[in-house]
Amino acid sequence: MIWELDSVSVRFGEVQAVDDASLEISSGELVVILGPSGCGKSTMLRVVAGLQAPDLGRVLIDGSNAAALPPHQRSIGLMFQQHTLFPHYDVAGNVEFGLRMAGLGSSRRQSRVSELLALVGLDGFEARDVATLSGGEAQRVALARSLAPNPALLLLDEPFGSLDRSLRDRLTDELPGVLSEAGTTALHVTHDHDEAFSLADRLVVMDRGRILRVGPPDEVWADPRTVAVAEFLGHTNIVRTGSHREVIRRDAATVAADGELEGTVIVSRFRGDHHDLDVATALGRLRFRVDQPLTADESVRLRIDPNRVARLDPFTPCD
Amino acid sequence: MPAVFLAVFFVYPAGAILWRGLFSEGFGPMSDLFASSRTRGVLWFTVWQALASTAITLVAALPAAAVVTRLRGRRRHWVRGLVTVPFVLPTVVVAGAFEGVFDRFGLEDGGFRLRHTVWAILLAHVFFNYAVVVRIVGSFWSGLDHRLEEQARVLGAGPIRTFRAVTLPRLRPAIASACTIVFLFSFTSFGVVLLLGGPRRATLETEIYRQAVTRGDLRSAAGLALVQLLAVLALIAAATRLERRRPARTGVAHSPPEPLPRSFVWANLAVMAVLLGSPIAVLVERSVSVGDGYGLDHYRALTERVPQLPATAATALGNSLVFATVATALALAVGTLAALVVVHGRSGLRHVFDLGLTLPLGTSAVTIGFGILIALDEPPLDLRTSWWIVPIAHALVGTPFVVRTMVPVLRRIDPQIREAAAVLGASPGRVRRLIDLPIAGRGMLVGAGFAFAVSLGEFGATSFLPRRPETLTAPLALYRLLSTPGELLRGQAMALAVVLMVLVALAVVAIEASRGSVRGADAVWESL
Repeated sequence: MIWELDSVSVRFGEVQAVDDASLEISSGELVVILGPSGCGKSTMLRVVAGLQAPDLGRVLIDGSNAAALPPHQRSIGLMFQQHTLFPHYDVAGNVEFGLRMAGLGSSRRQSRVSELLALVGLDGFEARDVATLSGGEAQRVALARSLAPNPALLLLDEPFGSLDRSLRDRLTDELPGVLSEAGTTALHVTHDHDEAFSLADRLVVMDRGRILRVGPPDEVWADPRTVAVAEFLGHTNIVRTGSHREVIRRDAATVAADGELEGTVIVSRFRGDHHDLDVATALGRLRFRVDQPLTADESVRLRIDPNRVARLDPFTPCD
Repeated sequence: MPAVFLAVFFVYPAGAILWRGLFSEGFGPMSDLFASSRTRGVLWFTVWQALASTAITLVAALPAAAVVTRLRGRRRHWVRGLVTVPFVLPTVVVAGAFEGVFDRFGLEDGGFRLRHTVWAILLAHVFFNYAVVVRIVGSFWSGLDHRLEEQARVLGAGPIRTFRAVTLPRLRPAIASACTIVFLFSFTSFGVVLLLGGPRRATLETEIYRQAVTRGDLRSAAGLALVQLLAVLALIAAATRLERRRPARTGVAHSPPEPLPRSFVWANLAVMAVLLGSPIAVLVERSVSVGDGYGLDHYRALTERVPQLPATAATALGNSLVFATVATALALAVGTLAALVVVHGRSGLRHVFDLGLTLPLGTSAVTIGFGILIALDEPPLDLRTSWWIVPIAHALVGTPFVVRTMVPVLRRIDPQIREAAAVLGASPGRVRRLIDLPIAGRGMLVGAGFAFAVSLGEFGATSFLPRRPETLTAPLALYRLLSTPGELLRGQAMALAVVLMVLVALAVVAIEASRGSVRGADAVWESL
């Protein structure tokens, strides 16, 4: 199955939430949309789900227009940031909801429910009241509920956003395994780079309603192409060389007596397995990760690995 | 469906009033009516007694709101609950209770006479509306950020100065909307004025009743009802405006407000006990006092025939319970559907419904009763002789309460929960059935409790409907007993009032008990 957004635009009053966005998702893929909050990424999800009609453009499912298809007939799963468990059903009642809608008999529902609960690591939780679940447990139940009817596409809207860091990392680690075991295609939305990098087969960077860059995460990181993407990914060293700009990765520099870049140490901070070095150079103030501590005002020469420098397009839409 | 119900039983009668009052015989009779000094006197009295009631209620209840704001947990729950009891009591029961007080303390005549004076009316209105101010202002007050007061105190303002300069200005929107509601209730008060004011004190409401029922002058009554309808519309419009200006509450208060002096708290609790408690206590005492001792004779007498009533008081109580059950079912069905439209319907339809359902809430029961009387008395729809006219009129009065409790509960259902159900394959109809209604179920219970209590105590609309033994309700019977002089009937009236009060109290207890997680009842208060 191929899901396709074709030149989709959505406008809320003055705000252009999605601006001429096109994207294709094919079976088995895990696509992650990364962008700051308010960049339109959640609206993209809602358009795919049919919860939001695009003002312009089309959503195609296997090449045919899905405009007339209401959300409950699209065979999708959806997970929100805040778990949206039904408060008047227990855990099993929540997980089997989609199966009931599909008209599955009660015994088949039961076995599917325990299968799903096992998949998310909550065996035996069937009769629990959803109000008694912890945040992480509630999100697992929500995941089980979305996966139960075997959706063709799972949409995840910052599903771990409301959880604390360690729980979030754990679920981020577990999610690809659960998805591939269930054989589900997924479109995931987040503003967290780490989550995006570790999950994505393909990364989509969005800002102000526009798709800025699409590609495998390592490729996008190494070659952001535009200043906006480079800045959003957290690159600090964006420099002007002649007519164009370049991004120098923080891990590009090593301290060496014959290094080509000369500078004065502003400050050096201990970060555990490395030191953050802020250095004043002819290119401006730069930050690098280096192995040894340096003292302020010390002169230093740095060797730059050219493979870790990427050229940026002179024109960027968001400048 | 709800639209049809409203159209037939509210819009059509209101239209009939308009027709009779304005057009059927030209403007002549209308201008005669308003040229008469009696009508002008009635209008003037209606306005000034409502203003006076509002002012006195505010002065009496604002300090109590300060006390209630500072209570926490169980105590707050109890005080708020007890303060509310008078508000939900049937007007006829309240009138009975005050008659009892005048009886007991010899205030019927002589130097310090209260019976059949303006003071009796004002006192009863304060008794009724005390809770409106305490609850609306109190809940708004506890939502304010008390750190502002702490700042003022640290900057050198004394407690009274702090209240005047910092607290009062911020309370103003809540006070304004509470006052509008008290004014509206006092303006449209019927049973209290009819019984306590005596024959010489007339407000618009009792004048409509006098013209229509006692004198049979339907045209004058229609003219007055029209004025009433317009005045109420204007008041509701004003209330809605105030509502919009009411700022959002600031969520959780970060620190408790500064405690009040103990003497202030106790003084307020004492006022509450005397003002709100004594009429009820005296009512109960009167109902069991027989001759010089006490006994249950008056209660036993409820099952006996008296010439003043077409059926026994016990039969009337039975009728009332049946009517209340049927009216609640009707109001629940219509109100729930209407609430779904208000919350999830298309926007145009939504506004029409929202307004259309608020109108009967504010429109006086007398206008509704009178409208039904003149509109549904001839073909195509002649329901006057039908048993159904009573529960339908009651349902009309009760439906807005159901809608007002259901709407906020439905609105609070996270739209994402509904979306989650939709993408899991639930059609819009199933989302409503499997998600909205079960979650809003407790809200429905609260609304049903209100509708039931309202129907049990309904007097204004019912008093216009034809009188037959099968449709004699308990409040009507109570009115008849109270308005006929005589020691024995008086005792029976007190007994009947106590029984009615207990029944209403049970309905209200059910409401308060089911409130736990549903704040529907509060929502009704805030949106009344």
